[in-house]
Amino acid sequence: MLTIVCPHCGARDQTEFRAGGEADRPRPADPFALTDAEWADFLFMRGNVMGLQRELWVHAAGCGKWFSLTRDTRTHRFAP
Amino acid sequence: MRRYSVLALLRESLTGHRGWERAWEDATPKSEYDVVIIGGGGHGLATAYYLAGQHGITNIAVLEKGWIGGGNTGRNTTIVRSNYLWDESARLYDHAVKLWEGLTDDLNYNVMFSQRGVLNLAHTLGDVREGQRRVNALQLNGVDSEWLDTAAVKRFCPPLDVGAHARYPVLGGTLQRRAGTARHDAVAWGYARAASARGVDIIQNCEVTGLVRDGARVTAIDTSRGRIRAGKVGMAVAGHSSVLADMAGFRLPVESHTLQALVSEPIKPVLDCVVMSNAVHVYVSQSDKGELVIGAGIDEYLSYAQRGSFPVIEHQMGALLALFPSFSRLRMLRSWGGTVDISPDASPIIGRTPIDNLYINCGWGTGGFKATPGSGHVFAHTIARGEPHPLAAPFALDRFTSGRLIDEHGAAAVAH
Repeated sequence: MLTIVCPHCGARDQTEFRAGGEADRPRPADPFALTDAEWADFLFMRGNVMGLQRELWVHAAGCGKWFSLTRDTRTHRFAP
Repeated sequence: MRRYSVLALLRESLTGHRGWERAWEDATPKSEYDVVIIGGGGHGLATAYYLAGQHGITNIAVLEKGWIGGGNTGRNTTIVRSNYLWDESARLYDHAVKLWEGLTDDLNYNVMFSQRGVLNLAHTLGDVREGQRRVNALQLNGVDSEWLDTAAVKRFCPPLDVGAHARYPVLGGTLQRRAGTARHDAVAWGYARAASARGVDIIQNCEVTGLVRDGARVTAIDTSRGRIRAGKVGMAVAGHSSVLADMAGFRLPVESHTLQALVSEPIKPVLDCVVMSNAVHVYVSQSDKGELVIGAGIDEYLSYAQRGSFPVIEHQMGALLALFPSFSRLRMLRSWGGTVDISPDASPIIGRTPIDNLYINCGWGTGGFKATPGSGHVFAHTIARGEPHPLAAPFALDRFTSGRLIDEHGAAAVAH
């Protein structure tokens, strides 16, 4: 069981959270200008990093806040 | 390779079993191969086996960073089935089931393929409609499948609680009788032995650390055991596909997650089929040793740790006991996790990559074991000919650009 620190509520059990995947994936600034390959990259392609990853979580069974943090995907350890 | 047979067993039993040879050669890498397969799991070994046997290429190496059968091939719940909804999937997975049916003879290695039947339960009206639709679709595709009502489910699987009081009442189920289980380690060992006998170099403890590019081609592979030049490269590395793709300079639409499973203490025969439930989310069978083999879903966060979290196990045990209250006093013996590569449409990715002579086989997610022979067979064809096997063609990487997905999420008889 991971212990995740919600910026609003503090440290809570993993079961109160849902994982939101990779962070820092901005929506296309001009969607109509995108090619099919660029859409595929935005919609489907992932860094799928082995190591330190910026990722999103939501405190679903708590305050409902979305936030990002850095976690090592090899060890599950959160970066300070 | 000396063949295994009753006669060989008798002969060896008279001489103290001292004459058995190594099942496969533990090769040291040569400097160059026509084809290098990265990943010595079932898929990679099967690919090498079919390349050598059916495509006349014998200068092949299989690189495995750990040991044969130590990855996902040895970390699954050994279920084999082909009851997928969409045409492309049904054909691909049933191709695998047909190969499973002759695999023990083909490899001269007992993979203990047991066609004990896979039962998928329906607990809601939605489940019933989806299940019946899938039965019809499968029959149209020539895949055996039948619908069982509640009484027939109980006859087929007596320990199942189908009472009206059940937390998740059983309204029926779909049954594929040709589906079942196989001995996972034997699949890896059998393919390794048969490939080795065909001249394939199986190189263990050999981790790929980089790919040497020349324009749009890979010319060599840097490994922990030195540089190996390669004519063509096939990668079948499941959860680590993105890591290798990154070395080659492109991205993949997969995410790596932990998939856990566990076994109970061994007990006398109680369950002679495979039972899966999508709605309560657990699947269970009984191994030949008597252990109940229990699996469920992935941990939802990205992970390369081969280690899952306890809430997932707690959930699947709750689901198991809802279906089989009589299992409540069983103690669990051990659990394990594998790193699986989940694709956006829950279908594999097989075929060419942006690199000319680099071919990919990944994205099997939670269901790769069942496809092992079929996956290797179509991937070998794809590598040898440089163009996809007809069964693999719909599963190309470019489907994420064209939008022609094969969406088996929620359609493939199990939640992903």
